[in-house]
Amino acid sequence: MDGIHDMGGMDGFGPIPIEQDEPVFHAPWEGRVWALNSALGALGKWNIDAGRYTMEQLDPALYLQSIYYQRWLYRTENILIAHDMVTRAELDTPPEQRKVEKQGQGQALSVEEIFARQRQARSARVDMAVEAQFKAGDKVRARNIHPKGHTRLPRYVRGKAGVIDRDHGVFIFPDTNAVFAGKKPQHLYSVQFSAREIWGPDAAAADKVYVDMWDDYLEVS
Amino acid sequence: MTDHPDHSHLSDSELRVRALESLLVDKGLVDPAALDAIVDTYENKVGPRNGARVVARAWVDADFKQWLLRDGTAAIDSLGYTSTQGADIVVLENTAKVHNLTVCTLCSCYPWAVLGLPPAWYKSFPYRSRAVKDPRGVLLEFGQDIADDVEVRVWDSTAEVRYLVLPERPAGTADMTEDALAELVTRNSMIGTDRLGEA
Repeated sequence: MDGIHDMGGMDGFGPIPIEQDEPVFHAPWEGRVWALNSALGALGKWNIDAGRYTMEQLDPALYLQSIYYQRWLYRTENILIAHDMVTRAELDTPPEQRKVEKQGQGQALSVEEIFARQRQARSARVDMAVEAQFKAGDKVRARNIHPKGHTRLPRYVRGKAGVIDRDHGVFIFPDTNAVFAGKKPQHLYSVQFSAREIWGPDAAAADKVYVDMWDDYLEVS
Repeated sequence: MTDHPDHSHLSDSELRVRALESLLVDKGLVDPAALDAIVDTYENKVGPRNGARVVARAWVDADFKQWLLRDGTAAIDSLGYTSTQGADIVVLENTAKVHNLTVCTLCSCYPWAVLGLPPAWYKSFPYRSRAVKDPRGVLLEFGQDIADDVEVRVWDSTAEVRYLVLPERPAGTADMTEDALAELVTRNSMIGTDRLGEA
């Protein structure tokens, strides 16, 4: 989707908010949001692509006015609701007025199990022989496509010509995985673009931008 | 508008997170002790010191450096820094003529296993929007004026591959131990927004 999250190349957000000696979490609730996200993700009800897609579907105005861990909080609520694990009414009811059935008997994971599952989910690499459509050095073009759903093809690179820098191997395709429509394993490449191809003559002549792209994002140039 | 904490919202967020955690504990879906341990891990156990040790090893051990550049995932695994995030890691070498910069324009992808959780600026809208388009301007905001004859390579982490920059070893460090070298390596030098001066 051509959403607010796809920010590469936008102007107007101001200077970079560099902070000296910043803490890992700026308030305890931020750490709780992060930990909840880790613990819930390890339950395996959704995948990383579905999680990202949920984030991208936040109201654009809310996305822009929220700080990072607020966006994670809203995303977590929404994905729990989408998977019938909580209801909005339950979230809106004060704890002392609420009666809930234990639905996760034995599901709550220990920290060891959570980290073990995160390690097992080792990236999105798939151990499967799939034919590569391209090889290092091939001239390619990012397809000019505008999927309505989740995609990891940034707007700023669509239609641009580049060169395959390296083949990372076979990976899960996020566009289908995000909606549980299959892993569609295919080769993932690092594609090198000249900065001028993307941004025009104001970019430095030798500068490059590298974007990781799957076979389905590419065509022969 | 950016990722600066907006204090007027903090108490709302805190209440909302407490309500969510309490509901999930009541439902038996999460264990609060596990949440405590996860927070402790990210606050105290994983962080950029892991990455600094990888860099220092590469500076003193040419064979390790070659392995790191050829198969970053395996070389980093060998040092044991993959406890919380299994991910493929590609290491990018800075030289006198090439400067690498990493970003995630679409969300906040970052090599947690070697750098911990990213700083707020890395996840901020100004960095995500401009790093790919105006990397030299971004680097100037970090005090780094990149010479015209240096090629800037920006790596947008759009997939599950994570990028780590191998900064140049500073001049004047020939006699330093691996441990002392690791102390010189800044987090930002491994993201690509810092260059290490002379020791």
